[in-house]
Order: sequence, then structure tokens, then C-alpha cells
Amino acid sequence: MSNEKHHIVPYHVYVVILGALLILTFASIGITSIELGSLTVAAALFFAVIKTYLVLIYFMHLKYDKPYIGIMVGAVFLLFIVVIIITFLDYLYR
Amino acid sequence: MESTHHAHHLPYDAEASKIGMWLFIFTELLLFGGMFIVYSVYRYLNPEAFHLAGEELNTFIGAVNTVILLVSSMTIAMSTSAIQKNDIRLTNILLGITLILAVVFLFNKYFEWSAKFSHGIYPGSQEMLGTMSQGEILFFGLYFVMTGLHALHILVGIALITWTMIELKQKKIHHEKYDLLENSGLYWHLVDLIWIFLFPLFYLIH
Repeated sequence: MSNEKHHIVPYHVYVVILGALLILTFASIGITSIELGSLTVAAALFFAVIKTYLVLIYFMHLKYDKPYIGIMVGAVFLLFIVVIIITFLDYLYR
Repeated sequence: MESTHHAHHLPYDAEASKIGMWLFIFTELLLFGGMFIVYSVYRYLNPEAFHLAGEELNTFIGAVNTVILLVSSMTIAMSTSAIQKNDIRLTNILLGITLILAVVFLFNKYFEWSAKFSHGIYPGSQEMLGTMSQGEILFFGLYFVMTGLHALHILVGIALITWTMIELKQKKIHHEKYDLLENSGLYWHLVDLIWIFLFPLFYLIH
């Protein structure tokens, strides 16, 4: 059994990431309160995707784990995106 | 120190344990992912109704719950650093804060849902069927199913964190074996991730 050293993430990294997540949350509340039409959805999703990235990389430790876990996570999201595209191709062109 | 002291314990492999948790998380992502696809298709088909129905939701309470989940995600992430430094006391405090925040989240959800129920908004209510359009009924149907399933995950998270705290007290979790803590943390971050999408899709986009 391997007893390799684990990377201990300093506490301040988590505080900085939380700060970024809170700023992004308030930014998304701010931007969706402005009337932007269909851009509102895009803006809200844009902020949600950045927040997801931060949570996966730092809180869920993908940055410090072996890369294959991150690759599998990427594959799952890719599968999800492909299913969305196929579904909407059907709805848009039927 | 030589690593020859795993004699009378079951074989322990932190990496295998973590992979198992990730595989489970993948199934959870696809479960909620499927619901998000249903939401986006119905939103595409009923843009006006979703716009109207979305304004019924209380953005403030949704934002408060978002902050609560983000902070609780940070505290449980910090607890993995604390256990690695063998600081049992701090690990316990951080898990305790996470647990309290999880309960507060559910309290908010309870008040939010009760307010909806008292306005006659709940699945199958006469008022909804009588006054709302098909699209609005779909919006609230999805709202109750998706936030309800998410709240169920909060409950499971509370159970997992409680279990982790019990094992920490029994000294079954320590700086050389903390896979339960790490996996509870991963699960809690998943709950946070799902809310990161639920919040804008239901509360923000009008």
C-alpha cells in the first residue's frame, strides 16, 4: 500500500475561494436584475459554470488529486453537454 | 516510521475509497443533469410562463441559502486540512459549523415552502390547476421536485456529517485514516454544486 504524502491545503486558500464564490454569487444576482433579455440566462449560467469550476478544483481537491479523476469528471460533463445538444437539436429542428 | 502497522486492520486504501465516492457522484450529477435538461426544454417551450412563475420566488431567501451552502462547503473543506494536521478539536468545530449551517438551510427551505403552500402553491393544488397556465404549473412542478430532491440530499448530508463526527469522537478517524471525512466532504460539495445551478435557474432568471 502506498503511503504517499498528501498535500495539505492551507486554510487561507479556502477563504480566498469562498470570497471569490460569494463575489460571483452577488455578481450573478446583480446582472440578472438588469433587463438583458435572453442574455440574462447566458450570464447566469456563465457565473454558475465559473463557480462550479472553483468548487471542483479547490473544494473537491481536483487540483491536488491525480489527474485521472479530473479527466473522468470532465468526461461526465462532456457527456452531459452532448445529451443537451442532441436534445435541443431535436427540439429546434423538428 | 515504517509503514508496517496495518496488521489487524482491514486493508485500507484511501484512493479506492475516494474513487468509489466519485463514481457515485457521477451518477448523482447525471440524475440532476437529466432534470436540468427537462427544465431547459420546458423553459424553451414556455418562456413567458417560466418568466411569470419565476417572479413568485423569493430571491432574498434563495440568496441567503446560497451563502449558507457556500460557507458550509468551505468549513467542511477546511476540516480535511485540519485532520491532516491532526487537529482533532478544530476538525470537530468545523464539522459542527457545517452541520449547523445545513440545518439552517433546511429551516429556510421549510419557511419558503410553507409560504408557497399557504398561497395555494403546491403540486396538484386546486388553485394552481384553476388559475395557472400549463407552463406555470410545469415551472412549479419542477421547482418542487428539484429543490425537494436537493433538500433530501441535504438531509443525507446531515446524516453523513453526523456519522463522521461520531467516528471522529471514537477516534476511528485520525490523520492517517480520514476517508469517511473526505468522502462526506465530497458529498457535501456535490450538494453545493447542484444548488449553484438551482439558484440562478429558479430564483434569478425572470
